[in-house]
Amino acid sequence: MQYLFSVIDDTAGLATPDEMAAIDAFNDRLVAEGHWVFAGGLESPSTATVIDNRGGEALFTDGPFLESKEHLAGFWVLQAADLDEALKLAAEGSKACNRKVEVRPFRGE
Amino acid sequence: MTDVREAITRVHYQEWARVVASLTRRFGDLDVAEEAAAEAFATAVERWPADGVPPNPGAWLTTTANRKAIDRIRRESKRDGKQMEARLLYDDDPPEPSGAIGDERLRLIFTCCHPALAMQTRVALTLRMVGGLTVPEIARAFLVPETTMEKRITRAKGKIKAARIPYRVPSAEDLPARISGVLTVLFLVFNEGYLATGPGTDPVRHDLTAEAIRLTRLIRALMPQDGEVAGLLALMLLTEARRTARVSASGELVALGEQDRGAWDAPLIAEGHRLVRERLAARVAPGRYQILAAIAAVHTSARDARDTDWSQVVALYDQLVHLDPSPIIALNRAIAVAELDGPEMALAAVGRLEDTLAGYHAYHAARADLLRRLGRSSQARAAYGKAIELAGNTAEIAYLTRRRDQLGKHLRRASPPSPPRGQPGAAGARIRKGEHNPV
Repeated sequence: MQYLFSVIDDTAGLATPDEMAAIDAFNDRLVAEGHWVFAGGLESPSTATVIDNRGGEALFTDGPFLESKEHLAGFWVLQAADLDEALKLAAEGSKACNRKVEVRPFRGE
Repeated sequence: MTDVREAITRVHYQEWARVVASLTRRFGDLDVAEEAAAEAFATAVERWPADGVPPNPGAWLTTTANRKAIDRIRRESKRDGKQMEARLLYDDDPPEPSGAIGDERLRLIFTCCHPALAMQTRVALTLRMVGGLTVPEIARAFLVPETTMEKRITRAKGKIKAARIPYRVPSAEDLPARISGVLTVLFLVFNEGYLATGPGTDPVRHDLTAEAIRLTRLIRALMPQDGEVAGLLALMLLTEARRTARVSASGELVALGEQDRGAWDAPLIAEGHRLVRERLAARVAPGRYQILAAIAAVHTSARDARDTDWSQVVALYDQLVHLDPSPIIALNRAIAVAELDGPEMALAAVGRLEDTLAGYHAYHAARADLLRRLGRSSQARAAYGKAIELAGNTAEIAYLTRRRDQLGKHLRRASPPSPPRGQPGAAGARIRKGEHNPV
């Protein structure tokens, strides 16, 4: 079962070197234990562009789709047996990156 | 006919959780299990009056519910493709003996009380899946519309399935925290019954306290070694034992010191005391429920309120504060301190809690009582007013209102003398007891 772990940031800054080191160590463990599928850190929301092509003409909007105090700073896609395992990984991930983490299951198998 | 109906009620009481649990295990789906169990009981209501109660009603219900579940899965697999059929091919594991950690009902309880669910969802789901209460019953219990409760339970079942909340007893390493989560749910159900809120509700909801006790007894039977489970059960029994004495005929709360102790339920008290003694004999550091049960045991050991061993009560609260430094525990400790060291000491302790408890009616009620005992009537009246404003329990509001209105009549009465320190007996004899929150 795969879960999306979204890193929720309420600070403006990027990860500090200490946080980066903790994330790297956590990532190594995810790979070693077979949880790793994919992960990435994101540039700040100010770099986002929203595209809406539902009307036949692609409209571009400068900025994120939602202006909010909290934003998505990065994510993991991980393999876990069940939610208990996923929540344990999330707790460790949250500690490593020093931010809140939301866990959501991927749909279907 | 009445016999059959009684038999069905009894079997529902005893077997519901087992049927839901074994179906959830087999089909891996709470929704399927719940619906099939409900259908099986509906079939029993239909058939047993004519056919008679089967010799093994539990087995009959499980078999019938299994068939209903298979019917539903067949129907859905015709619609959704063949993959679900595969699940029907393997039969369940052998039934596990009850009383063991492997009892399927335990899995069910731990799943319903999973920490990834909101507290109110855990309560609702536990009452539905383990307690067998209907959705309208649960909605009434928590004063929400049925559709709201239905949605809450449906959403929870959806999340358990989609996010794969496991159906198992947690590992030894996680067990203490998870049991404590289960006990929180049961204590919440009990307290909502014991201190029912809402203008139209009875002050004590016996249906909820009884259900909480029943479920705690079940967990106790499944985990007899767990001290906190025993502690919570003892606490509930010793609180429930005072239920009828706690509200007067006119619907007013009767403070602990003024209750008719002869009206307390002696068998429940005896059972509660037995559990407390069992935990004392275990010589393991007690958790918070065990300490709360011990406090309740001290109260219920006194034949007369004046015989209450307040130094013991305060000592137990000291132990509790150490374990759980919450302001509510500190407030209850202060109320006990008033009996030991006098209201002045207690008022100072209560005053320190203002920042955190200003929105809590019991804080103002405790302050009001202490101020009244110190003869500071106008301040007491204001504090009673604040407590009445914030209280939700009708019996408590009636009690506080009478207390406040009595003050009006005895304005500027001389204050009673402060008791000497360290003489609980003398203090108890001289000072009228204020309400002591028993939990």
